[in-house]
Amino acid sequence: MTGAPVSSDRDALITGIGLISGLGEGARATHALLAGPEPVRPPVEEKTFAPYPVIAMTEIDLSTQIPRRGDQRQMGPWQRFGVYAAGLALDDAGIKDDEELLGRTNLIVAAGGGERDPEADDLVLDAARSSDDPAGSLAEPLLTNLRPTLFLSQLSNLLAGNISIVHHVTGSSRTFMGEELSGAMALEVAVRRIQSGQGDVFLVGGAYNAEREDMLLFYELGRHLWQGDPAAGVWQRAEMGGGIVCGSMGAFLVIESRAHAAARGARAYARLARVASDTGRRDDEAAISARLERLAAALEGETGQGPLGYLCGASGARQASDMERDFIDRLARNREVAVRTFGSVLGHGLEAQMPVGVALAAAALDQNRYYPPFDPSDPAAAGDMPAHCIAVTSFGHWRGEAIAVVAKAD
Amino acid sequence: MASSHRDKLGRPVIAVTGLGVVTSLGIGKDDNWRALTAGQSGIHAITRFATEGLGTRIAGTVDFLNGKPETAADLSYDMAELAAGEAIGEAGLTRGRFPGPLFMAVPPVEIEWPQRLALDAAGAQDKAGYGRLISGARAQNWPWPYDRFVFAGVAERTAETFGTQGAPISLSTACASGATAVQLGVEAIRRGDCEAALCIGTDGSINTESLIRFSLLSALSTKNDPPQEAAKPFSKNRDGFVMAEGAGALVLESLDHALARGAQVLAILAGIGERADDFHRTRSKPDGSAIIRAICNVLADAGLATDAIDYVNAHGTSTPENDKMEHLALDHVFGGALAKMAVSSNKSMIGHTLTAAGAVEAVFSIMTICRGRIPPTINYTEPDPEIVMDVVPNTARDADVTSVMSNSFGFGGQNVCLIMTAP
Repeated sequence: MTGAPVSSDRDALITGIGLISGLGEGARATHALLAGPEPVRPPVEEKTFAPYPVIAMTEIDLSTQIPRRGDQRQMGPWQRFGVYAAGLALDDAGIKDDEELLGRTNLIVAAGGGERDPEADDLVLDAARSSDDPAGSLAEPLLTNLRPTLFLSQLSNLLAGNISIVHHVTGSSRTFMGEELSGAMALEVAVRRIQSGQGDVFLVGGAYNAEREDMLLFYELGRHLWQGDPAAGVWQRAEMGGGIVCGSMGAFLVIESRAHAAARGARAYARLARVASDTGRRDDEAAISARLERLAAALEGETGQGPLGYLCGASGARQASDMERDFIDRLARNREVAVRTFGSVLGHGLEAQMPVGVALAAAALDQNRYYPPFDPSDPAAAGDMPAHCIAVTSFGHWRGEAIAVVAKAD
Repeated sequence: MASSHRDKLGRPVIAVTGLGVVTSLGIGKDDNWRALTAGQSGIHAITRFATEGLGTRIAGTVDFLNGKPETAADLSYDMAELAAGEAIGEAGLTRGRFPGPLFMAVPPVEIEWPQRLALDAAGAQDKAGYGRLISGARAQNWPWPYDRFVFAGVAERTAETFGTQGAPISLSTACASGATAVQLGVEAIRRGDCEAALCIGTDGSINTESLIRFSLLSALSTKNDPPQEAAKPFSKNRDGFVMAEGAGALVLESLDHALARGAQVLAILAGIGERADDFHRTRSKPDGSAIIRAICNVLADAGLATDAIDYVNAHGTSTPENDKMEHLALDHVFGGALAKMAVSSNKSMIGHTLTAAGAVEAVFSIMTICRGRIPPTINYTEPDPEIVMDVVPNTARDADVTSVMSNSFGFGGQNVCLIMTAP
């Protein structure tokens, strides 16, 4: 198929983007930087968490999106990034102060585990070490060192709760969990609900704080972290044994039906045509092949002519990278594929990876300018082509594979 | 299809064809129902870990499963497998080939203290805090499967066991989570994504730290003695909720799909309603407007008037705040009709099963319809004079119940109501 699909009132349009990362703030600014003439190197921080390089968040002025300091104190950095990005998205969509509209805006957040308080954990461990029965004597140090407010910052659903409180989004509130896949499925459910008439306006996204030792510990238990050349792109890392470089990021998208956007005169960046997801074991070649074919089928009828833009959310984790390579080969059977691994410059943001990829795709379609390669191994094809449609994938470092298809708005 | 069953809004009618449950009262529908309608409490002194020096030393832990689950993820999975196995058996479906997706409410999953202590002991002595833990992680290969620490792990294992279709959704809306799982299933079937959905809420996350965290929020009852009298929803002397564990599972299908395969229809999932609060992280808006809207939304979604609800399976946590606000909202929406409605709280007996509560209580709500008997609110000896309601005090009651509303209100402001009706 080549023709553009017939436009419908129930199309899901992206009308607001809030994007923050190590490279800066704002979808247009990030696009301008990444699509600009100068090659962008990842702003890696090597020392703080050595031997693990991480990409820290750009400087943000929290007071512009979370004006009350009392609110800021109730959150850890992960929640602040998310609430901040959500505020940017609402501003960008022009609905920040529209109480009536916020009251019927549906919130879907992709969240991980809330952040632990490393100082408190350190004190608890210290007390346990000097005890004859460490496991049996946790109560007292926990009681002494845990802070009530920080419990709330540890609940997964409190990113959504804080977005409701700070930005007054109250139509509905759902929090999906489950690492990379949750970011994709949050978008998938929003698109399906809009297309079927189960809601007109959604705020969807996630955030990640890479400067978290509790998460570095989690990844280390799975031996997933990269420890080599901090600036290596994802394919380079994958070839040298694989490894993730965590990146701080946050992306929220305002997604609304075409009819709703038109009625309020909203401008759209792009259309989120569909999102498809699947999961399963990674030790069964036939099952993997079937899953990848189903994901590739999500592109049918949307790709237009010419090279396919493909923002690959590869993390560098080896098993997932093998599947991503396989997927690229499948896509490349029919057309030229311009693969861009945004994780090479932004790092890996788990739940936020897919929302960030979709934000980058929407910005490129809006600006009519695609991205140059981010990794020396990204095929150089079609550097500044005007893209008609961009595929975005996020394959979980452990499980789960998903694709989003982002197309021109009209 | 000429015989297609549609509701008043033209959407597929949703049937419930299978139910399963585990709580501190036991495994399975029958054991639970017997205890629940006998007014029996599952709350007991905690033996899982040392509680000396803690204000709250009671809970509704599930300690009677085979094997010894090592983490919250393991216990949550084990209970979910039991509940879902029962539900799928009742629905007459095949384990391993479930004809639809999985929506699953799971508690927080993370590396826990036993693992932290082991890592700390193996770590570099010259390092502190997480630096030492990470060095311990690097020092050797640990026997713990990675899927115990990933959020997707519990749902992935469950999806594999039951052969659900596509990727499962793991979710949390705090104490509304179980109801959100049902909501997602209803929405997916209504929009034609699937003909069936497996909806589960599970929570096996009681440990030293989680108990202390809720204690620090002053949310828990400290009436430790006797444990079974601590949870007293709607009573004047209520002083907090009692943490508990459990799992509830529901098999949802389009009515057409259920009838076509000759399944027994237990109930119709007639309505879902939601509204988020933007007032405070642990408290409702003082005017109750968010939970009022959630209740109005579920009635509108089900196409039912206020006089059509026979029974409310209350959120009824036994905290001073929740029970006051829940009554305020019910009174506001139902007005005079409230006097004729029964409103009881399962939590008086099973405690607050947190992430699982919405699913567990949806199961009990449907059993109330099927078995024609309303479980009581036990420990109701000092009525709160501000809360004038028929709480079905202390003793179960036979009643012809054709429609139930089940409420779930969560920390973080996520409020969900479900309406289930007789087939």
